[in-house]
Amino acid sequence: MKKILTHRLMLPIAALVALIVINTIARPSFVSVTVKGDQLYGPLIDILRNSAPLMLVSLGMMIVISTRGIDLSVGAIMAVSGAVALTIIDGSPTPNDLGTVLGAIGIAVLIGMLLGAWNGFLVAVVGVQPIIATLVLMLAGRGVALLITGGFITTINSAPYKFMAQGYVIGLPFAFFVSVAAVALVALIERRTALGVLTEAVGINPEASRLAGVRSRGIIWGAYAASGVLAGFAGILYSSNTMAADSNAAGLYIELYAILAVVLGGTSLMGGKFTVAGTVIGVFTIETLRSTILFLGVPSAVAPLFLAVAVVIVVLIQSPRLRSLVTRTAQGARPNTSEVAR
Amino acid sequence: MKKILASVALVGAVALAMTGCATDGGSGGGGGGGGDELITVGFAQTGSESGWRSANTESLKTALSEENGFKLVFNAADNKQEAQIAAVRSFINQGVDAIVIAPITVDGWDDVLKEAKDAGIPVILEDRTVSASDDLYASWVGLDFEKEGELAGQWAVENADGSNLVVLEGTTGSSAALDRATGWSKALEGSTIKTLDSQTGDFTRDGGKKVMEGFLQKYGSDINLLFAHNDDMGLGALDAIEAAGLVPGQDIKIVTIDAVHDGMQALADGKFSFIVECNPLLGEKVADLVKKVLAGESVDKRTIVEDQTFTQDQAKEALPTRPY
Repeated sequence: MKKILTHRLMLPIAALVALIVINTIARPSFVSVTVKGDQLYGPLIDILRNSAPLMLVSLGMMIVISTRGIDLSVGAIMAVSGAVALTIIDGSPTPNDLGTVLGAIGIAVLIGMLLGAWNGFLVAVVGVQPIIATLVLMLAGRGVALLITGGFITTINSAPYKFMAQGYVIGLPFAFFVSVAAVALVALIERRTALGVLTEAVGINPEASRLAGVRSRGIIWGAYAASGVLAGFAGILYSSNTMAADSNAAGLYIELYAILAVVLGGTSLMGGKFTVAGTVIGVFTIETLRSTILFLGVPSAVAPLFLAVAVVIVVLIQSPRLRSLVTRTAQGARPNTSEVAR
Repeated sequence: MKKILASVALVGAVALAMTGCATDGGSGGGGGGGGDELITVGFAQTGSESGWRSANTESLKTALSEENGFKLVFNAADNKQEAQIAAVRSFINQGVDAIVIAPITVDGWDDVLKEAKDAGIPVILEDRTVSASDDLYASWVGLDFEKEGELAGQWAVENADGSNLVVLEGTTGSSAALDRATGWSKALEGSTIKTLDSQTGDFTRDGGKKVMEGFLQKYGSDINLLFAHNDDMGLGALDAIEAAGLVPGQDIKIVTIDAVHDGMQALADGKFSFIVECNPLLGEKVADLVKKVLAGESVDKRTIVEDQTFTQDQAKEALPTRPY
């Protein structure tokens, strides 16, 4: 029992469960899942589907944060990648061709990677502070995206592209499988190889790890490039959801939500140790919180305040002080036994 | 060495950022080799947040073109108030003949408008308005958002009385959202339309879609009327309604405001039920006002452009010949 109570993921999970319980009490239909045609339908399914872009971005953010960095440019990269993909498909004579769509997605994600690599170059090679290095692209990126779409909102009709965010496989949204695949891939690469440990080493003490023979420059560079790839793919999912490249709204403020998700999941902003499972829970917590606003019918004027208060409560629940309090309570029986022993 | 590299990288980045902002203005600045008779006009646009805004920008660029005797200096402020004020200041420093502003927010314009006045440059406001005293600008041309909401509401009362309504509001605090909501509720007074819920979708497709999904999960097929403060949110909601297995136009009637191309297409296809136009083609009116003000003629302080409404049949007729 004690082991369960003091597990580092206990509190993030508790926060998520509490949110789901509150929603279910407010409206029991929250947990209902019905079958519509060949697909499952319900609030929880919507959360799985809509959380996919944030999931991808947060995974990238987590890797960057664990190297003691931060990536503010993810929203702008999303806007660029969506703009690139839709402009290519819009200009092609065969928008419904699978090859066209895959090509467009490939190029868009590649550009996401290049933008991430540019961030990585500034941070790892040039030595610019991560917050400044990525701020450059955060501000300039949307301008680039607007340039690509010519200042318009590009809209397309393309069945394969629509499938990315709106399609269903064995009853579940395809976007959900994309986020599962991303989680699995990141967990596999970071946890089944030494890369995760090396990344954490760089985050905990870059100088010491360099002296120990870790190639910190390449690892940091790679972290930003990975974040760029994931943000690029998130941009595809986002634009596929509305079949429109909206350069101003795509991924707006997502960098802040991603940082929040990573921190809620228990990864420290000081770098070092990171937890993939924690980030996944953090993402679902934020997405559930967003639907809570709808489900409780919070008026739009106070919705931001509601979100802020909820986040403060969740962060408070997870604070180390409160955590040690819980630990002490869990160990409550122990001092007595030791006294007896004395 | 490291420092030099850092500054090189930063300069590169800044250059990149500047190309991003300046491209739209380039056409005005670079092409200005023509005759001396041209009237130089600085136009501070809000940004390019929606289809409506793009059409509005196009309209002004066409009306203020060199063929019509103007030299246009264009700036889009990316929806940042301080950037827009800076643009207006730079127009004053460049000594343009007249300034056109589509103000992002209502407040904070007094100082810079006074500077323009002191420099003897007349200011014409388009679209949105400002709270500053009206002797600081020459004229305002725009639309009556409250009337738009009212027209939409009147149609709803006549054609869908007794419905269960959900509303997708525009960006919280914007004058378009506030006034459209006021006009709508004014028209609904005394009717039996029941408002189930109302939430902001931030004027975007994605926002409209996500909020509508929430509404559908919450109320299911009880909803039979949707009022969206703009077309884009309505189009997003359309996806959500279809995904929920309902038929837009039949199960849920959709009323929106704007009449951009995609919205009109949805109306002609029978997916939307009614659109109140928010006319973005203000260019000619603005060009006209600029000429009159510079010629010393007296002009009205406020010009309201009349808005049309469209039913499904009217949309089918109008669609092929619409300029935007």
